[in-house]
Amino acid sequence: MDPQSAALLAKDIGGGLATIGVAGAGVGIGNLFGAFVSAVGRNPAARDTMFRDVLLGFALTEAVALYALVIALVILFA
Amino acid sequence: MAGPTIDALGQFRLETGMGPLGRMIDFSNSNEAMLASAVIIVVLFAVGISKGALVPGRLQALVELLYEFVHKMCVDTIGPEGLKFFPLVFTLFSFILLGNLLGLFPYFFAFTSHIAVTLALALFVFVFTTGVGFYTHGFGFLKFFVPAGVPGWLLPLLVPIEIISYLARPVSLSVRLFANMTAGHVMWEVFAGFMLLLTASFGILGAFASIVPLGLNVALVALELLVAVLQAYVFAILTCLYLHDAVHMH
Repeated sequence: MDPQSAALLAKDIGGGLATIGVAGAGVGIGNLFGAFVSAVGRNPAARDTMFRDVLLGFALTEAVALYALVIALVILFA
Repeated sequence: MAGPTIDALGQFRLETGMGPLGRMIDFSNSNEAMLASAVIIVVLFAVGISKGALVPGRLQALVELLYEFVHKMCVDTIGPEGLKFFPLVFTLFSFILLGNLLGLFPYFFAFTSHIAVTLALALFVFVFTTGVGFYTHGFGFLKFFVPAGVPGWLLPLLVPIEIISYLARPVSLSVRLFANMTAGHVMWEVFAGFMLLLTASFGILGAFASIVPLGLNVALVALELLVAVLQAYVFAILTCLYLHDAVHMH
């Protein structure tokens, strides 16, 4: 294999590997909403006040997944 | 390979806007979107509160809702001193919100999907909050990096960690907003590209099958609407949290 296509191949493999980080965010978001559901089950009255914090936590956790995306984009296009 | 390809990042390309005048002063489509969102905010609020009715109409209710929402967020997060910073937080919130929402429309440019823009906003917030910290506490603000109630021998380890996590704030603040908006728009582009690819490779059958990516794109509009509002909220509330740290030191 000539070096140029080897570099392209490595680039694609690296971009794919970078997306593994999204698994952690999946665990995080699942944890977050799981805890929210069980908390609402115990105290349904607190649902609205808790949901605001859940949304904030969701956005913060989701952003971690997007860091992986940024790394993948940097590997692929930069 | 002939036929349609997916050009996922082409939508973020900067072009000069405003005709020959824009070309002369390098006025890009990103600047157009920023100007549009700033003008929309000002006009919305000027028209919304011009009547000042005791029983608000629709527009006035919207404007008051936004105002009270950010006002409450400021006071709840920063404390009573938060009122001083309310204009800044409100400006950031409405500017980012309008930028995100304008970017959702087809053929509109989402200026928050450029790291240069979000990094400029985040660096401003970072420098400003650090300045507020030093202004309020003088050099005592440096105690912020020394966690309280920790045995002395741990400090050489903890202080650098605190400093690094403090310096990472502008990075995480800017990348969060930029990556969220970019990812959403790239997903749209990819699924829309699937429709073209399906039609090009399977003809009429593919055109029927492309209703699946179309449906996904419709669902993504709802998600992106949520993300657009949520990210503006997150940017604003993190600004509030940083200001709280600067004012109260813990």
